[in-house]
Order: sequence, then C-alpha cells, then structure tokens
Amino acid sequence: MAERIPTIVADNVHVVYRVHGAGTPGTGSAVAGLRRLITRTRPPTIREVHAIKGVSFTAYRGEAIGLIGTNGSGKSTLLRAVAGLLPVDRGALYAMGQPSLLGVNAALMNDLSGERNVELGCLAMGMSKAQVREEMPKIIEFSGINDRGDFSSLPMRTYSSGMAARLRFSIAAAKRHDVLLIDEALATGDAQFRRRSEARVRDLRADAGTVFLVSHTMASIIDTCERSIWLESGVIRADGPTDEVVKQYEDFAKRK
Amino acid sequence: MTDTAVVDPDSHLSLAELAAKHGLTVAGARPGLAAYTRRLWSYRHFISAYANARIVSSFSTTRLGRLWQVLTPLTNAAVYYLIFGVVLNTKADVPNFIAYLCTGLFVFVFSQTAIHGGVQAISGNLGLIRALQFPRACLPIAVTLTQFSNMVASIVVLIGIVLVTGEPITIEWLVVVPALLLQSVFNAGVAMIVARLGAKLADLKQLIPFIMRTWMYASGVLYSVTLFERHLPVWAARVLESNPLLVYIELMRHALLEGAPLASSQPVLWALAVGWALIAGIGGFVYFWLGEQEYGRG
Repeated sequence: MAERIPTIVADNVHVVYRVHGAGTPGTGSAVAGLRRLITRTRPPTIREVHAIKGVSFTAYRGEAIGLIGTNGSGKSTLLRAVAGLLPVDRGALYAMGQPSLLGVNAALMNDLSGERNVELGCLAMGMSKAQVREEMPKIIEFSGINDRGDFSSLPMRTYSSGMAARLRFSIAAAKRHDVLLIDEALATGDAQFRRRSEARVRDLRADAGTVFLVSHTMASIIDTCERSIWLESGVIRADGPTDEVVKQYEDFAKRK
Repeated sequence: MTDTAVVDPDSHLSLAELAAKHGLTVAGARPGLAAYTRRLWSYRHFISAYANARIVSSFSTTRLGRLWQVLTPLTNAAVYYLIFGVVLNTKADVPNFIAYLCTGLFVFVFSQTAIHGGVQAISGNLGLIRALQFPRACLPIAVTLTQFSNMVASIVVLIGIVLVTGEPITIEWLVVVPALLLQSVFNAGVAMIVARLGAKLADLKQLIPFIMRTWMYASGVLYSVTLFERHLPVWAARVLESNPLLVYIELMRHALLEGAPLASSQPVLWALAVGWALIAGIGGFVYFWLGEQEYGRG
C-alpha cells in the first residue's frame, strides 16, 4: 500500500477557553465588583471551560472523518482548535497548510448583497481579485440562491436561514483546501442542496484533501465518511470505521 | 482501517516526529513579523473591500446613502457655526474662527472615529475571526481606511468652508496631503493598539468616550492653542503642545488658513508629526502582531 500522508496530527491536545459574562447570582452588583477590585480576586463572570481533555489522533490525506458526540461534547471546539482559531492549552496540533473551518455561524455582512458577500468571503480566504471574478458566477450558481429570481443582488438580511447557509457553504467550498472542517453545514438547506453539497464534499476529498464533518445526522456521516471519531466530554471514546463507531454511539445514546 | 497500523512505515514514530517528518506545522502558529507583513500585503484587496463594505452597510438603510459622508461634517459645521458664530459670537484672538474651529474638529473626529472603531475591530467581529483565517491586522486597518474615506469627504467640505470664509488659495494647501497621510498612519497604529486591548478588556469600550473627550480639550479644538501658554506653566504647555492630535490639527490649520496662530514652529511640528506616526504605526503593528494567536479566544 502507498505511503499514507498525514494532514492533521493531534498530540494530547487540551483546549481551555474562558467564558465572559457567565454570571452566578449575587455577583453582578456594583458593590461586588468593587470588592473584587479591592481584594484583587478574579471576577466570577469569567469561567474556564476545559472543553478538550487530551485528544490524540492522526488524519491522513484523502480521508473523510466524521466527528460525532452528544451536544456539548467538544466537537466544534476541537474543529476550531484544528483550524488554529482557538489556541491549544497543552499538547500540540500539527496541520498541513491552513485548515479551513466551514461553520453555519460563519458571519458575513448582513447589510450587503449576496454578491458582495461572495467577494468579501473569497478575498478573506486569500483569493486574488481575478480568481474572485472567475469564481463568483460559479458560487452563485452552486448555491442556487438565484433559483427564485435575482436574490444575489439583495442584502443578505432578506435571505432565509437556509439560503444564507447555502451561500456560506458555497463560498467556503469554492476554494481547494488541504483540510476542510465542516461544522453541521450540511444539515441546513433542503434535500436537493444537501445532495449537491455531499457531492461537493466528495469532490473536495478526491482533490486529495482531508475532510472533517461534524453532524448529528448519522445518515450524512455514514454517507460521506468511512472513519469516525466519537467524542464525549472532551475525550475520545472510539475511533475507527464509521459503521462500528456509529453503532457504539447509538447504543450509548439509547441507554441514556 | 484498523489493520493498516501493521503496514504503516511511520508506526514506530511518535506523533510529534510523524508531524515533523511530513512537514506539518503547528496549527494557528504566529508567523514571523516579515512573513506576517507579506501576508497582510497579499490581503490588501480584502482590506479595501472590507472597508468599502463597512461604509456601504452603515448607510444601507438610509435614503440618502453615501451622501451622508458629506452631510455629516456639513451638519457638524453648521451646529458649531450656530453656537460659536451666531449665539456666542466668539472672536477669540483668531481671525476666521469658524474655519479654525472646523479644521480642528474634522481632524480630531478622524482620529476619534478610527480609535472608536478600533476598540471594536476584534471584539465586534468574533464571528468572522472564528470562521476564517486571515491576518487579523486587516480589521483595525480596514477601520482606519473607512474613516480615511470619511475624512476625504470632510476635507472637501472643509475646503468649501475655508473658501466661503474668504481664505485665499495658496501653494501651502498641498501640505494637506502629507499631513493627512501621517495622521492616517498614526490612527492605524493606535487603532491596532486599542483593538488588542479591547479584545481582552471589554470595559475599554465604556472608557473610550471619556478619554477622547479629555484628549479633545487637550488638543485645542474648540479654542485657540495660544490659551495653553497663557494659562499653564511652561512645562505643561510644552507637554500639551507635543500631543499628536494637536500636532496634526496645527499642520492642517497652517496649510489651509492664513494667520492662524501656531503653538510651535513649523519644523518642530513636522518632526513631531513624523515621529508620532512612526512610533504609533510601528509600535502598534508589532504590539498587535504579538497577540495574533489569541484573538479567536474572545
């Protein structure tokens, strides 16, 4: 078998993040704030969350890996750390090139037209002006926002949430990524768009990249990924072929 | 795939060695200062598109749209004309007080808005920062660029005011260009500093209005700069007179107005203007770059 080339190596990764404004009762008053200032204690409105506790895995080129787990198990946090958007507290994360995160909450500018958002998004991903001009019609076409009239010239605040998510996915998928991290993006959009986007994910993999997919829809994990990682409370519970891992996870979820 | 570990030639390596062997780099590592500057340069189209988008989106629900870029300074000038020109009939010891006042005000507002936008450049764009990887310095620079565009509109209004109040057109008007550029570099530097501070310290946003108001009174916007020398001890007057905003205001007044009193001589003003631009520009950029990895944390 040909040598497998790793694209992501996670070596005992811990991620801790601070949450501002997590108030506990009786600590938000001005007097309490003054007392903290005098006694020099840490404000209780800042709390630390240990989201990822020692995760290790290696992802290889051409793989599509599903990331499953219950809500709050640390899946999105792990993806953000892989993308280099959240700093790692202990351990190390190595990546080939610059991994790109595609999330449903990737905020673009709601007051601008779809076209302008495509332009901004592409430039933010590091495309040149000529590339943007070339890709623009393809992105609009793929997103299908113009299927019901000329929506691409309307501000994004007029879009339905499904349309906005489709446009965001189309922008992120327009560029070839070494590593693409997808956070629940395939769950939005109608059945037709979901088929199209799943096909696009397969294309991206064929371009010798690695795809991570976070989803609660087991069907889309089974369809797109042959390997899965099950994360629970920041710890890996299982890592292996999708059908086995999904079965273990579903047994676990049923027992609860 | 579980059985592939047997045939994998890399299986005896530790994870860190495996990563090093295939040339993987630490995710989200901060690039060197030179590499960062180069990356920033390659994102120049993003910066200008983003700055432009901010202008468009801030006017997008108004009927007059970008006309407000001109109307805002014009309205400002009208209010001050009403108060100081008609109601109080201030003459001070400055000929053409209204033009003197408007020049100071517009130059000050340029820095004020850039700093105000800078504080929120990171904290207000966390969605964008957590979604895409780009040099974060793009954001405070784009804020400055947005305000620069507003300032150009203000300058047009200002030239109108200056002409209407009877100032002659002289060759010295050309000095407006370098003065404006130096101030823009200064603004970008300060915007980067407050952007990093504001990312960690949300309280800063509440403080900025007070800091800026104090700074306004220290910059001789609403009254003649000669007041400082008359009412303050010499050392205090000197300190105030080297404050960067006063320097940029003085340069602009000297360029556009005949007979405006200056706090310092011209060479001193230019030296201060260049010095402040370099200190704030380079210092702010390095300071911002040092925090590059942390901006996603919020």
